Parts: sequence; structure tokens; C-alpha cells
Amino acid sequence: MAERKTLTFAIMDAPYESARSTTALRLIDLAVRRGHNVNVFAYEGAVSVPFAKQTPHPNAVHGRDVAEEDHPNPKDWVQGVMEEAARRGGKVDWVQCGLCVDERGVVESIPGTRRGSPADFWKFVQESDNTLVIPTR
Amino acid sequence: MSRYLFIESLDPFESNDVQQLWELAAGLVRDGQQVTLFLVQNGVLGARQHPRSERLIELAALGVEILADEFSLRERGIRVERLVRGVKPAPLDVVVDLLAEGHKALWH
Repeated sequence: MAERKTLTFAIMDAPYESARSTTALRLIDLAVRRGHNVNVFAYEGAVSVPFAKQTPHPNAVHGRDVAEEDHPNPKDWVQGVMEEAARRGGKVDWVQCGLCVDERGVVESIPGTRRGSPADFWKFVQESDNTLVIPTR
Repeated sequence: MSRYLFIESLDPFESNDVQQLWELAAGLVRDGQQVTLFLVQNGVLGARQHPRSERLIELAALGVEILADEFSLRERGIRVERLVRGVKPAPLDVVVDLLAEGHKALWH
């Protein structure tokens, strides 16, 4: 593995709305698999990405039950990258913008995420080797 | 010399800003800086032959390294042989590696 670096990603898109969410999670996953530590600052709608109450559902229109539909929930992907990081001796520090959480009522996030503010993003930037901001359009 | 990583996620026909990013890349290279332009999502649509692709070919000739996300190309059914001259397919891993190397990154 190359030298372990710390990369920060700021994300803003709500899940299920934009390809940016998928690309952001692909980048976070790749960074973890390359052995880097990752910081994520979830801002605005992105605080719903690790929302714990996301639920897989059947699809009556297509006649599929829950298992057949196999509906993806991004909270599971976030948990997956955290577990992958731990297996590799790294970490994912995922901070949820507290005001954004309150505005949207998505207080219940999966374990491993924590509540914070844009001040945490500033600290991430100061302490990271690099930062990528993925804004909404 | 500074090293820049521009990530373009928009189709040039979806937003005129795309050409402004291309021009910024050209200006930086003319100024002696190193620029990688990574096309992702609908940004890869700009790598096909179209009326504006000549400018992308010129960018590559200037020295801008232009890469197109392999996954985004597959999603959109764009075969590698349809890419304009100077654009190379690449995995998204490249973005992580360039970030780790300290390239100044800008997402558009």
C-alpha cells in the first residue's frame, strides 16, 4: 500500500437524487480500499445519506418482494466503507452538519457518524492532505 | 509548478460553464501549470465526436491530460473507439491517487 494519507470529502446532495452521490461514495470507497483515512463532511441534503431509518421495500408494480427488489440503501454503503476502513486499520470520520440534520428531521444516523458543524469541516481541511468539495449544481 | 485536478461532471451541451472550465485548464497549462481534466458522469458525453469536441482535442494538444471515467463510459454505452483524439479511458482510482499526491482539486 502507498503511504496512508487523509482525504476529506464534502458532500451536499440528498440520496436518490443525483449521480454525484454515487460518484462520491465510489471515491470514498476507493480511498478506503487504497488504505487512506477519509473524512466526510455531510452538508445540506447529504445528511440523509446515512439516515438509519432507510428501509428496503418491495415493488408491487413489478411484482417483486423485498428480497427480489434488493433495493439499495446508501446507509448500508456508508456502513460498508466504515467496516472496510476498520479492516484495513484506517478510519472514516463522518460528520453530519447538525443544523442540516435538525432542519430535515433525520436525527437517527447509523453508528460511526457524529454530529458537528462547518467548523469541523474547517478542521478537516486543516488536518487533511487534500480536500474535494462535491457541490450541488 | 502547481498540479491541478479538474473533475468535470457535466455535459458541455447541458451547461456552458463546461467550456469555461476547459478554458481555465488551457490558461493554466499555457501558464506552465500541470492540469488533469477527469471526465465523469455526463462529463464523458463531451468526449464523443460533436461540434464542440475540436476544443477538447486542442486542449489535449496543449498538454492537458484528459481522462474519461471507464464506469461512466460503460453506463452510457460509449465505446472507447468513439472517444476523440487525446482522451483516454481511466478508472476512478486515478482521482483518489491524484488527491493523495496533493493535486489542487476542483469539481464542476
